[in-house]
Amino acid sequence: MRIISFVEALREGTDQLLAADDSVFLIGEGVPDPKSIFGTTADLKSRHPTRVFDMPISENGLTGVAIGAALGGMRPVIVHQRMDFTLYALDQVINNAAKWFSMFGGQKSVPMVVRMIIGRGWGQGNQHSQNLEALYAHVPGLKVVVPASAHAAKGLLVSAVRDPNPVIFIEHRWLHGTTSDVAPELYTVPIGKARVAHAGRDLTIVTWSYPTLEVMKAVEFLETQGVGAEVLDMQTIRPMDMPAIKESVRKTGRLLVVNDAWKFGGLAGEVLASVSEDETLTLKARPQRLTYPDFPSPSTHGLTKNYYNGPREIVEAVGRVLGKKLDLGAVTDYQATRTHDVPDQNFKGPF
Amino acid sequence: MKDLYYKMLRIRRTEEEIAKRYGEQQMRCPVHLSIGQEAAAVGVATHLSEKDFMVSTHRAHAHYLAKGGRLTGLISELYGKADGCAKGQGGSMHLVDWKAGFAGSTSIVGGTIPVGVGLAFASQLKRQPQITAICIGDAALEEGVFHESANFASLHKLPVLFVSENNLYSCYTHLKDRQPARPLTDIAHGHGMRHLTLDGNDCFAIAAELKPLLTSLRQGEGPIFLELQTYRHLEHCGPNNDDHLGYRPTAELQTWRAQDPLLITRKQMENKGLWSAAFEKEMEDKVFSEVQEAFHHALNSPFPEPSELGAYIYANH
Repeated sequence: MRIISFVEALREGTDQLLAADDSVFLIGEGVPDPKSIFGTTADLKSRHPTRVFDMPISENGLTGVAIGAALGGMRPVIVHQRMDFTLYALDQVINNAAKWFSMFGGQKSVPMVVRMIIGRGWGQGNQHSQNLEALYAHVPGLKVVVPASAHAAKGLLVSAVRDPNPVIFIEHRWLHGTTSDVAPELYTVPIGKARVAHAGRDLTIVTWSYPTLEVMKAVEFLETQGVGAEVLDMQTIRPMDMPAIKESVRKTGRLLVVNDAWKFGGLAGEVLASVSEDETLTLKARPQRLTYPDFPSPSTHGLTKNYYNGPREIVEAVGRVLGKKLDLGAVTDYQATRTHDVPDQNFKGPF
Repeated sequence: MKDLYYKMLRIRRTEEEIAKRYGEQQMRCPVHLSIGQEAAAVGVATHLSEKDFMVSTHRAHAHYLAKGGRLTGLISELYGKADGCAKGQGGSMHLVDWKAGFAGSTSIVGGTIPVGVGLAFASQLKRQPQITAICIGDAALEEGVFHESANFASLHKLPVLFVSENNLYSCYTHLKDRQPARPLTDIAHGHGMRHLTLDGNDCFAIAAELKPLLTSLRQGEGPIFLELQTYRHLEHCGPNNDDHLGYRPTAELQTWRAQDPLLITRKQMENKGLWSAAFEKEMEDKVFSEVQEAFHHALNSPFPEPSELGAYIYANH
């Protein structure tokens, strides 16, 4: 066992990828600066001085540069401290990175990784805490990975860098401080494969990225009431491992999707639609979605209190799927011990 | 000189044949013809090798052919055939020929600018003495991505040749309605790049001026911005002239058509005693048979199999 943080796992994985392959390079606003992308790129410039770069504040242009470099034989990793800033780069990502392989008949692909970080809490607000995963997952030609642990972060980063296609690598800021057992060597977690995070027979809970942690907490409270939830941590949302979801739903007959993103036009709806369309599946109850409300997160402490879903809301939603009233007392007490806008009680701000 | 004339003539006759046959409705894609702008493409490509890269825009036929892209690959692509340069997936606006170093043309104005800079960045990282020529028009300078790309190319002294063919119009809108009255090269100056403006219809002058500059690019002296003043003879998109629309003054049209790059080149060759009726016939005959053969080949080539639809979403390892 070697327990390290999500941040350290990403840093180590990037370091090892840079060491193992001369064609890998890392670029992003602030990569070599003292804050080093929340620590994920610390010391990498001094260890790999010719292939680690800061960059001008030009998200779209530099995404295009990464695409060109990939076509020229390199394996770029470009990183954005906030997902919201990647909107500048949608032209290059969607019109070029996602299209170069198909547009020219499969002659050259774009092996590029775009890291982007979702913010939450401490005043991040409208333009610093959006989860825009559905925008990227909508586009054919892109792959989108959403690790929920330090182990998955490193393994999926390695897979992403080695993949011949453009991969959007989405990190939730609140995962950065979480820890798990991480192997010291280079290893891969396969893209496109879900992970059964918890086995159960009563219902299937599909989730990914940060909410996986909240679901696993909720599972503890469900078990005390005799409810066995099967939790699927998707790990990749494009291509999405629909066979894994269907296999689980075939067993449980009930489905809840917990997604930290807007409901309308989001991927939770995509999961529900795919399951509902499948004539070989029989559902015992109407499938449900638990998501952000369909409006942007405000910035201020007071108003964000009821924006995000925690274990309490998850247990409540499981009750709706099961058609019975679950006891919310213990999970409500637990949730009251947490502060809603910081990842842990030691956090003193700012992000 | 003869070779440059041949290359320009080949582009001209190819596009004239495209225009002639376009009404048959078998080339079912938009065509943005380069007639009038051949000297720019050929002049720029003269001292580039197949190891150097070029990227281009929606108006790419001339660049593709000048850089050495296969003629049959172009014509088959226009007909959507399986042996087109993009396997019948791309059409006129998506041309590519990696063997010739033509890395691709796309249909979003300014879209290939950073891609070209990225190719040059890869060359620099791999210490390969390659140049990337980025062919754009005048309107691409209005896109933010041009400035982002120019800034980065200049910052890292990348081996990039920005070639802006200034034909005065973006679709039907004149430059004066889009940009303030200052030389385009002032923009390059602002980005700390070397820059020059040349007569875009004088192929020999472009090639001669560029020769030492390309050497300096290979030696790592930083990017160069080249403005080539030229004119599109036909409509923005399609096989016809659109003089009847009246957006370009008659006197302007006459002035520029009198400066047809093929006429200029012919006169230069006559002055040097390199022109003869026999040479003209030889060139025309050679180009005619090449062009006819390419069309014959394309018309007789198969369309892509239905299974090719959606076959290139992801590359495999």
